[in-house]
Amino acid sequence: MALMKSLYARNRDNMTVKKPVIWTKKDLLGLEYLTKEEIELILDSAASFKEVLARPLRKVPTLRGKTIVNLFYEPSTRTRTSFELAAKRLSADVITIQRESSSIQKGETLIDTGRNLAALKIDIIVVRHNSSGAAVMLSRALDISIVNAGDGWHEHPTQALLDILTLKEKRGRVRGLNVSIIGDIAHSRVARSNIWGLTKLGANVTVCAPKKLIPAGIEKLGVNVTTNVDEAIQKADAINILRMQFERDEKKAFPSRMAYFKTYGITEERLKKAKKNIIVMHPGPINRGVELSAEVADGANSVILEQVTNGIAVRMAVLYLVSTAKKEK
Amino acid sequence: MNTLIKQGHVIDPANGRDGIFDILIEGDKISNVAENINKKTEKVLNAENKIVAPGLIDMHVHLREPGREDIETVASGTRAALSGGITSLACMPNTYPAIDSAREIERLKAIIEKDAAARVFITAAITKGRAGKEITDIKALKKEGAVAVSDDGEETQDASIMLEALKKAKENDILLISHCENKKVSKDGVMNEGVIATILGLRGIPKKAEYEFVERDIKLAGKAKAKIHIAHVSAKKSVEIIRKAKKEGISVTAEATPHHFSLEENACRTYDTRAKINPPLRSSDDIDAVKEGLKDGTIDVIASDHAPHGKHEKEIEFDMAAFGIIGLETSLALAIANLIDKKIISWKKLIELMSVNPAGILGLKNKGRFSAGADADITIIDPEKEWVYAKDSIRSKSKNSPFINRRFKGKAISVIVGGKVFEGL
Repeated sequence: MALMKSLYARNRDNMTVKKPVIWTKKDLLGLEYLTKEEIELILDSAASFKEVLARPLRKVPTLRGKTIVNLFYEPSTRTRTSFELAAKRLSADVITIQRESSSIQKGETLIDTGRNLAALKIDIIVVRHNSSGAAVMLSRALDISIVNAGDGWHEHPTQALLDILTLKEKRGRVRGLNVSIIGDIAHSRVARSNIWGLTKLGANVTVCAPKKLIPAGIEKLGVNVTTNVDEAIQKADAINILRMQFERDEKKAFPSRMAYFKTYGITEERLKKAKKNIIVMHPGPINRGVELSAEVADGANSVILEQVTNGIAVRMAVLYLVSTAKKEK
Repeated sequence: MNTLIKQGHVIDPANGRDGIFDILIEGDKISNVAENINKKTEKVLNAENKIVAPGLIDMHVHLREPGREDIETVASGTRAALSGGITSLACMPNTYPAIDSAREIERLKAIIEKDAAARVFITAAITKGRAGKEITDIKALKKEGAVAVSDDGEETQDASIMLEALKKAKENDILLISHCENKKVSKDGVMNEGVIATILGLRGIPKKAEYEFVERDIKLAGKAKAKIHIAHVSAKKSVEIIRKAKKEGISVTAEATPHHFSLEENACRTYDTRAKINPPLRSSDDIDAVKEGLKDGTIDVIASDHAPHGKHEKEIEFDMAAFGIIGLETSLALAIANLIDKKIISWKKLIELMSVNPAGILGLKNKGRFSAGADADITIIDPEKEWVYAKDSIRSKSKNSPFINRRFKGKAISVIVGGKVFEGL
């Protein structure tokens, strides 16, 4: 109730008469599937939960009695810890299961695992999986809530939400901002979720990557496309630097880390040509000296650690909203 | 048993018939076709307002037997065929073991003899174990009755082996069917390359993976002076390459599947694995090109590429799910809905694509026509019959179709195979 009141107050402060948005979705599968209003509701809720994180006792009883399972088929430290903490801050019971990559040869399928978890009477599955569409598939098979913590190259909605929350905190708005996403766009779920979220909220999005890492038809999503990093930086209010995943660079887009750093790495030198107050974001884990220099990572424009903090707030908001969803008609 | 089919709209393009005729069947052969036949027979079929066509032939079917009897058998697959109006089919050799020797053909023939409801012709493998390395004894395969050779699903990647195989096929006067796919290009792709794959985060299969090898194999066939048949054409550029080759007089024929002219890549938009197929569903300009190719004769045949898969192979993550769609029971209906009803082709053309041409390409001399003495294989179609492709009604052992619950107009209601009548389909 306190939360709802604070949301209401926020709307009044902004002097805008917003129609109250009611959350009706049992799942969070991707930002593609959300309306602008639903994204804003998550961001507003996250801002309220962030106040909880500033208290000496960082815990609220909101989800007491609810059980959340983190089902992770891919190694993850940041996202897993963030979801665990978010659940704990909401007083939910949380269990984390780490699995090897799912495959038909290795016994139980994802859906069977999901069905078993549902039979154990839990409320939410937070799933990270190497296959694109895994969360969508699970949500179709199960009645309990599914939160996508990253599926293949498809979406990583909570990452994009925390990126956007950070952006909004820094600039007070998203509409009209120039945001460039730089790096391995082809294999990035973070890029896709950011594209959906940012374009829905009215930002101008540019994606920048070596030619081989620009996926076919990406321009049809309403983004500018460039292979020139200086061009991507030039007018940007914010840049989101993706990790260059050399371990799965099948397309051999770059011969070496050093070569990538030379052509695409974000350095102080490069940022001299950018807006002075450019926001530098990175979903982590960062590779210093590959996609960005240590100076930039630790520099005044970097908001990388604030993103991490916002991650907990966003995930608290998402867990709260999906577990209190009004049934979709 | 003798049967008389009365007053049907007979479409027999090979003999230039397109009008109301009676057909007399004596034993397992066509005995006479005339405007009015008065002869006492054990059975009379009234075919008024029905289309009576030479039995439909599906030259690209996976019956899965031997080896995967859990998902399809000769018995279940041929019953599905009859239900779809198909009286003859050619089955692909990607079974376990592969049909790559005279002995395997002999064993399969014994199963067919015992279980088949429709006529089954055998396509044998080009290479041993379909591994693309060592060419099979094509002479022996032909002698044992194979009507074609193909490594379908596993295109022979090595051009020199393909050329050698084409020469052997030419020597033995047997058709080579090419599954055109450059695996170096298609790699681990799971759907058509483009914005939909990009949105879904799925690996794309570029059209180039297909048309590069269509071009390669046509060139090799020209070199070997062999006949070549291109399976499941899906890309616009492939159609253009085949059209050009035909103009140049190369002996190439081609087929298209109903799903490739009926569904766009968008069918994968919700990670629906029932729409996962190889070659993948393409974009609207490709669909238009395939339809144009069927219309202008660039593509000779409609074949289903009926590919049964079990629930456990399909109801999993999209990237891990098996490729393939079952099609025996929907191919005629999809051709009617998307080609005839859309005024792209006539009924006569449809019968050419689904009976006359496959008979000619496979060298089945007594099929695809109602000449006196031809096999009494007949498909009777009610063009007005409305029906729903319900899951419960599927004769195939597998249910992997994106067309389930689709409403159709037009259905085969009776088929005759070698004089034997199957009614109420």
